[in-house]
Amino acid sequence: MINYFKRNISLTIGLGLLIFLILFTVHGLLTIEFKQAYPLAVRPKQPPSLKYLFGTDFFGRDLYTAMVVGVWQTAIIGLLAGAAGTIIGIVLGFISAYFSGLVDAAIKFICQILTPIPAFLIQVVIASSIDKRDVTIITMAVVVFLLSWMAPTLVIRSQVLSMRERQFVAVAKLSGMNSLEIIFKEIFPNLLPFIAAAFVAQVFQAVFASFYLAVIGLGPLREPLLGNTIWAAQSQSAFFNGWWWWPVGPSLAMILILGSLALINMGLDEMANPRIRNKE
Amino acid sequence: MFVLKRLLFVLLVVWSASTITFFIPRISDINPIRERFAELARLGGFSAGELEKIVESYSKAFGLDKPLMQQYFDYIGGVMTLDFGVSLNKFPKTVLMLIAESLPWTIGLILVTTILSFVIGNLVGALAAWPLSPRWVRGVSTSFILFQGVPPVLLAILLIFFVAFKLNILPIAGAYSIGTVPDFTFEFLLDVLRHQVLPGIALIFGSLGTWVLSMRGMGITIQGEDYVVFAEHKGLSSYTIFKDYYLRNAMLPQVTALALALGNVITSAIVVETIFGLPGLGFVLITAIRSNDFLVIYGIVLFITIAVAVLMALVELLYPLLDPRVRQGQE
Repeated sequence: MINYFKRNISLTIGLGLLIFLILFTVHGLLTIEFKQAYPLAVRPKQPPSLKYLFGTDFFGRDLYTAMVVGVWQTAIIGLLAGAAGTIIGIVLGFISAYFSGLVDAAIKFICQILTPIPAFLIQVVIASSIDKRDVTIITMAVVVFLLSWMAPTLVIRSQVLSMRERQFVAVAKLSGMNSLEIIFKEIFPNLLPFIAAAFVAQVFQAVFASFYLAVIGLGPLREPLLGNTIWAAQSQSAFFNGWWWWPVGPSLAMILILGSLALINMGLDEMANPRIRNKE
Repeated sequence: MFVLKRLLFVLLVVWSASTITFFIPRISDINPIRERFAELARLGGFSAGELEKIVESYSKAFGLDKPLMQQYFDYIGGVMTLDFGVSLNKFPKTVLMLIAESLPWTIGLILVTTILSFVIGNLVGALAAWPLSPRWVRGVSTSFILFQGVPPVLLAILLIFFVAFKLNILPIAGAYSIGTVPDFTFEFLLDVLRHQVLPGIALIFGSLGTWVLSMRGMGITIQGEDYVVFAEHKGLSSYTIFKDYYLRNAMLPQVTALALALGNVITSAIVVETIFGLPGLGFVLITAIRSNDFLVIYGIVLFITIAVAVLMALVELLYPLLDPRVRQGQE
C-alpha cells in the first residue's frame, strides 16, 4: 500500500493537498463566526494582519472566514453536481451499452450533439434566466450538473462495451448467471476504478464551471463563494485601489482545490489504465 | 457525402443550442423586458402603471405576444441567418453589431494564444516522452503538466498581482492606456500589445498543461511503433527521427483534440477578458449580464456555439489532408 503511494506520486500529492484542505475547512468551520463572512461584520479594507489573517474586503467581510465558508460551499457544489453527474452517467452508460440497438444509438447521438456546445455558455443562459435573488448553492449545483452528464455516460458506455466482450463475462454467462448478476457481480466491480476517475473528473468540472459562473457575476451574490469574492473584488477594481489581498486569497485557495483534484484524477487514471504505467 | 454529413451535424448542433436558449428563459418566470425596465424605473423615471404599458408595447414589438410555436420558428430562422435581435440596453444597436465591434479583440487574443500554446505544449510534451532527451529536460517538461489544474483566470489574477501590481512593469487592466486615442500609430499599437501580454501569458500557460499531458501520452505510444524502430535501425539521425517520424505522427490526433478543445479555449478567453477588462466578447457578455440585456447574452452564446460547431467541422474536413491514412479509409 505505502509502496503504491510512493510510485503513484500524483495521487499521493493530490490526496495530501485534499486532506490539508479538509483539515483547513473543518478547523475553520469549528472556530469561525459565520456572521463575519457576510458584509458589514468587521472593519473594511484592512490588509492581512494577525487579527484578520487574510485581510478584510471593501464591504466589511473577514476574508479568512469568507474563505472557509467559500471552500465549504465549493465542496458542496462539487460533490452534489459531481455525484449526480456520475450517477446519471453510470445509469445511462449501462443502459446504452447493455441494451444496444436503438436505445444505444439515441443516447450516443444525444451525447454527441450536446458535446460540441460549450457547456459553460448554456450554463450562462440557464444561470442568467434564474432570478438573481433565487440563486443559491443548490441551484448552482443543478445548473452545473444539467450539462455535465455526457462525458461520464460516454466513458462508462465504452468501458461496459469492452468489458462485455471479455472472457470473464463469457465464463459467467456459461456458468448460468443472469444479466443482472453479471452486471452487478462481474462488470460493476471491474468498473470501479473508472467510476472513481469519472467521479473525480466530474467534481473537477463542477467546481471549475461554478467558479467561472461566479467570476462573471452569475453566482449566488450574497454568498462568499470563492468565485463571487473574485467577482466582487474585480467590480470594485481591487488592484487599482491597492487591495491586492482581496482577489489573491481566494485565487490561491481555488488553485489548491483544482490542483489537488487534477492530481488525484491523474493518479486514478494511472490506476485504471495500468498500460500507461507499464510503458514508462 | 462526408461533407454533407458534417454539415448536417453542424446544423443539428446549432439547432439544439438555439432550442435550449429559446425554451430555458421561457420556462423561468423572468420577463427580460420587464426586468430591464424595472431596473430603469428604479433609477428614476416612470411609475409602475406606465411600466406595464411599456412592457406590453415592447413585448408586441419583439413579437412576444405571438403563439409560442410561431415565436420559436421566427427565432430559429433568425439564428440561422445570424439575426439575434436588438440590444435592450444600447437600443438601436443589434446584437450582431455589438458582436462585430468586440470580435476582433477576442479573435486576435484567441488566435495568437491558441497557436502558441498548441505549438509549445506539443513540443514540450514530445520532449517529455522522447527517450533520448536529457533527464533534466524530461523532468522540466513533465512538470508542465501541473499547469493542467490551473485555470487561466487564476493565472491571470496571480500575474496581475506579481507582474502588474508588485513589479509594476505591465498594466493591470484595460486594452490601452487611459487618455490615448485609438489610432493606427505605432505608439498606440505598442501600447495595445503591452496590454495584451498578461492576458496572453495567462491563456497560453492555462491551456499548456493539457497539450503537454496528451502529447506525452501520445509520444509514449508511438515510440513502440514499427516505423520508429525501423527508422532507428536505418541509422537515421535522432533529430530526423524526432522531427519526421515521431513528432509528426504524434501531432495528428492532437489536431482533432484542438477542435474538441475550442469550446474551452473560447470560454477561458472570455472569462480572462472580463478579468482584464478587455473590450472583447467577454466584456460585452459581462455587461449584458450586469444590465439584464438578455438578447445580447443569448446572441453571444449562440454566435460562439455556431463558430465552434463550424470550426470543428472544418477541422474534421481538413483532417484527411494531414493524414493520408484517414483519406484512404473514407474512399
